This record gives sequence, C-alpha cells and structure tokens, in this order.
Amino acid sequence: MTAIPSTHRSRRRRHVRRFGTTDKLVLALMVGLPSLVVAVFVLLPALGSVLLSFTDWDGIGVNTIKFIGIQNYVEIFTNYPAFWPAVEHNLIWLGFFVLIPTPFGILLAYLLDKKIRFSRVYQTAIFLPMVISLAVVGFIWEIIYDPDNGLLNDLFGTNKQGHYIDWLGNPHLNLWAALVAASWRHVGYIMILYLAGLKGFDSTLREAAQIDGANEWQAFTRVTFPALKPINIIVLVITTIESLRAFDIVYVLGGNNGTKPGMELLSLLITNNILGESSHIGYGSALAVVLLVVSLAGIITFLVQNFRKEARP
Amino acid sequence: MSTTRIQPPGVAAPARPADPAPRNRRRVRPARIGLHAFLVVTAVVWLIPLLWAVYTSLRSYSDTAAHGYLSLAHGLGLDNYQQAWTQSGMIKYFINSTLVTVPAVLLTLLFASAVAFYVSRFNFRFNVVLLMVFTGANLLPAQVIITPLYHLYLLLPLPDVMSDSDLMYNSYWGLIAIHVAYQTGFCTFVLSNYMRTIPHELTEAALVDGAPVWRQFWQIILPLCRPAFAALATLESIWIYNDFFWAIVLISTGDKRPITSAMANLRGAFFTNPNLIAAGALMTAIPTLVIYFVLQRQFVSGLTLGTNKG
Repeated sequence: MTAIPSTHRSRRRRHVRRFGTTDKLVLALMVGLPSLVVAVFVLLPALGSVLLSFTDWDGIGVNTIKFIGIQNYVEIFTNYPAFWPAVEHNLIWLGFFVLIPTPFGILLAYLLDKKIRFSRVYQTAIFLPMVISLAVVGFIWEIIYDPDNGLLNDLFGTNKQGHYIDWLGNPHLNLWAALVAASWRHVGYIMILYLAGLKGFDSTLREAAQIDGANEWQAFTRVTFPALKPINIIVLVITTIESLRAFDIVYVLGGNNGTKPGMELLSLLITNNILGESSHIGYGSALAVVLLVVSLAGIITFLVQNFRKEARP
Repeated sequence: MSTTRIQPPGVAAPARPADPAPRNRRRVRPARIGLHAFLVVTAVVWLIPLLWAVYTSLRSYSDTAAHGYLSLAHGLGLDNYQQAWTQSGMIKYFINSTLVTVPAVLLTLLFASAVAFYVSRFNFRFNVVLLMVFTGANLLPAQVIITPLYHLYLLLPLPDVMSDSDLMYNSYWGLIAIHVAYQTGFCTFVLSNYMRTIPHELTEAALVDGAPVWRQFWQIILPLCRPAFAALATLESIWIYNDFFWAIVLISTGDKRPITSAMANLRGAFFTNPNLIAAGALMTAIPTLVIYFVLQRQFVSGLTLGTNKG
C-alpha cells in the first residue's frame, strides 16, 4: 500500500510536464478564478478589517480616516460596558454547545448508524430544524416564548400577574432561551456530520472489540471515537466557530437590534457599531479583529490537524 | 483502509453484519425496543416546536383570542396562509431568493469542483496550501469581513443592465458573489475528499488517450461526483437561501431582499398576530424542505468529510 502512492506520484509528475498550452490555461483558470473571488471578497476584506481597527472613521469619505494606533483596543478592553458580557456570553454559548448539543448529536448519530429501522425518519425529524432558516426558527420560538400567548407560559400557567416569566426579556433567562432554540438546530447538524463520518468507519474494529468483551460504552470510547479523530476535529471546530459567530437567532429573538441586556454577543456588537446610527467603523473593526483572532485559533487548529498528514512528502 | 479507497464512490461502506447472530437476537430485542423508544421520544420532542407552529398557523385569530393558544381548535383552515401570501406580496421575495440562491449554488459547486479537481488530481506542491486557504476562508465569521466588504461594494461598479443600483451594493450580483466566495471553501473541502476516492487510473487512462484536462474534469470526474453534489447542493441551498446577515447588510432596498431577511420587516408591517407569523414563517421554509426531501437519499452518503482517506 505504501509503495503504490509514490509510483503514482512520479508517474503523475511526468504527465504534468506533458500538459499542452490549452491544458495549462484551463488549469490556471480552474484554480485562478475561484482563488481570485475568495481573495477579493473574503481575504482582502479580512485584512482590511485589521487595518481599519487601528483607525477612527465614521465611514463617510476616505480622507476622514484617522490613524489612532491601538486606542480602539484600549477602549474596548477597558471602557466598553457591553464587551466583557458579550465575551462571557460567547463563552457560555461555546461551553453549552460543547457540553450538551454536540455530544447529543454524536450520540444520535452513533445510534442511528446501527442499521436500525426507520433510521431515516428519525434523521429527518431531528435534522428538520436545520433545514428551516435560523431566522424562521426565531419566529417559531417567539410563539413559544411569548410572555402572554406563548406555549411555555400557557403550559406553566406563568402568564398571569404575580408569577410571570418573560423568557426573552429577563436578562438571566434570555440567553438560555436562545441557547435552547439554537441547540435545537445544532444537534441535527452535528448528527448529520457525524453520520457522514461514521460511514467511513470500519465497524469490524468495533465488533472485534466487543467480541473481546468490551461493552458498548467501552467500544465507543476506546475504539470508535478515537478512530474518528478527523471527524471529531471537524465537529469540534464547527461547534467552536458556530458559537463564535452566533448571530441570527439572537438578532431575531432580541427584537431586531439584538442587544437586549443578557443577550449581548460579539457578532451583535460588531454589527451595531458598524451599521448603527452613529457608525464607529474603527471601533467595530477592532471588535471584529478580536473575534477574528479568537476564531483563527480554532481555524488554525483545524487546518493543522486536518492537513498535517497530507503535507508530508 | 485500502478497501475504502478502491471502492467506487457512491457505494456505501461495505455491508456490515449489523445484527448479531440469530441466536443472540432474543437477548438483544429489549435493547432495540429501548433504543427505538428513545429515538421516538427525541424525534417527537424535536418536532414539537414545528408542530406547534403548524397548529397555530391553522387556527383563526379569533379562535385563539377567545380560547387561548393552548386549547382545542374550533376549526382548522389555511386562511392564515392565504392572508399572509396575499397581504405581504411574498411572491416577490421568493423570486428574489431564487435569483440569488440558484446561481450562487451552481457557481459555488462549479468553482469548488474545479479547485477540488486540481487539488486532488495533480500533486502540485502548493495544493495543501490552496486547500487550507479555501477552507480557512469559509470559517471566518461574517462580521469580520463585513465593513471592508460593504465599502468595497460601494466602490465596485456594475453596468446598469445588471443592477439598477449601478453598484455591487444593493444588487443580486453582490449577494451571489459573497455567497460563492464564502461557501466555495467548504465545498472544496468535501469535494476534494470525495475525488480522492476516485481511482487515479480512470483519469490516467484518459490522459494516455490524449483527452484534454477539461474533458477529464467534465466527462470523467464530475459525473462520478454526483452523490457529493447532491449532498452539497442540499446543504448549500439551505444555507444560502436561509442567509440573513449578508442580505440585511448588503441590500438596502426592502423590495430586493430575499425572503428570509425580508421576513423581519414583513412581521411588523403585515404579520400582526402570531397565527399569521407562524403561517408566514412556515411558508418561507417550504423551498428548503422540498429540496431536502428530494435530495435526501444521497444526503449522508454524499458527504465525505475526510475519515479514513488513507
């Protein structure tokens, strides 16, 4: 097995040299055009955010851009009341996602991978929230959380005076209410990703372990789960990134400007600073860079883990 | 591991002896029943919010106003749907969504398959770097790039025939471009994993026959990637159709917004009670539901995320 790829490679090398002009042009176009699009619309703007974060700018006219060094960062870290709560909420979001919906999605995938009957029916039911838009999910949960007419308060009888629960208004509750709604989707997403990963898993390994006397839990934790390392990394990275960029559902549940006390998130602060009535571009960009740096930690972990073995000659 | 590599794409992993030997069956059954019970309960819990929305949307406002939402319906009907549809002029927003989603998904898949083809077929030195850049770009939070992108869009002109704004800003092209740029990374990642499972002998035989590169790509590799395309088309349609953020930032005219982002405004203007909101929200979900159900068979089998690729 190990000998085959190397011969493959040398043979391919020779072919590469034999490409005609048209072939080279076609290949250049196939790679060049998508690369250009990604560079212009994603990578350059990301770089632009970094540059703008060191400036003061109201967004009108290029000559009003003023370079102010790290002042925006100093402001954010020391003098922006919404910043640390937002960081805290993003971390709670991440912790909650890692501890509850992600493992639950993995569990469901593992159970559904057992060639059981009606597997696809279960899959569909659980993946359905993912098919519906996060914004629409917001509306659906609104009629559940609504303090006067919502399902929850109707069920608990908590829409009367005296014991009234405002799920989305109470700053101690609303983040958790949003988390429940977001998890409702996240579980299905993770389940599908993990199912896709499990189908590449050689189940004879697990069976061998079980014949050797391992129980189901041992077989999963010691054989299946470690063997699925690449997919575990993907799932972990997606969970991290989704937690960092959580936006839509809070934006919708928070009543359109989304910064209800108790529900501040980094993505919402950035959006408000950039698009709000008095736009503080430099300030918003500095916030974006903070988010970028945190995300890059996740992204780089993923890239290194995933591509390390391919980079070997 | 070598077996999974040689396997033709699209075929599921080798059939597993899923059920234990027949004599064990009797002992296993209670566990299976427990498993099904657990899954049924989970599935039902997951469906409750949706079913609640459906139930609410089928009731008239007067009925729920008189008896409360948690009550037996006195008659169900599609009146709310009809009202939501006609009052809000939803059709316009559905058309906007189609104009953005269809080209964006097709272009994304085309771009991604081109890059994946290159990365998986030719061992040029920087293919790992290329794949890393594409995948990394997909993982950046949208808020990180939005400000410069917004100002870039205000600077980039478009001919009048393409957009009445004469700019990338406030045009469908702008939305399509950012979706393509953003989503190509994920699709490239999945497709390159998938293409790696296609034996090199196939394209090498074509190469010996003198087939040009684009023919190898278009006539040999692409048709074999059909399951991956089905899976990605499902996911990408869902994501792009359901986008909220790009549309509210990059489209300023309410009438030009796709349905998902238009919903927020419609709610204030037309959908004045929860019954109507439920009906409107559920209607916007129909297109993605249809796509999911049509392509569902290949959904999981076509997703290749890079396990056991030897």
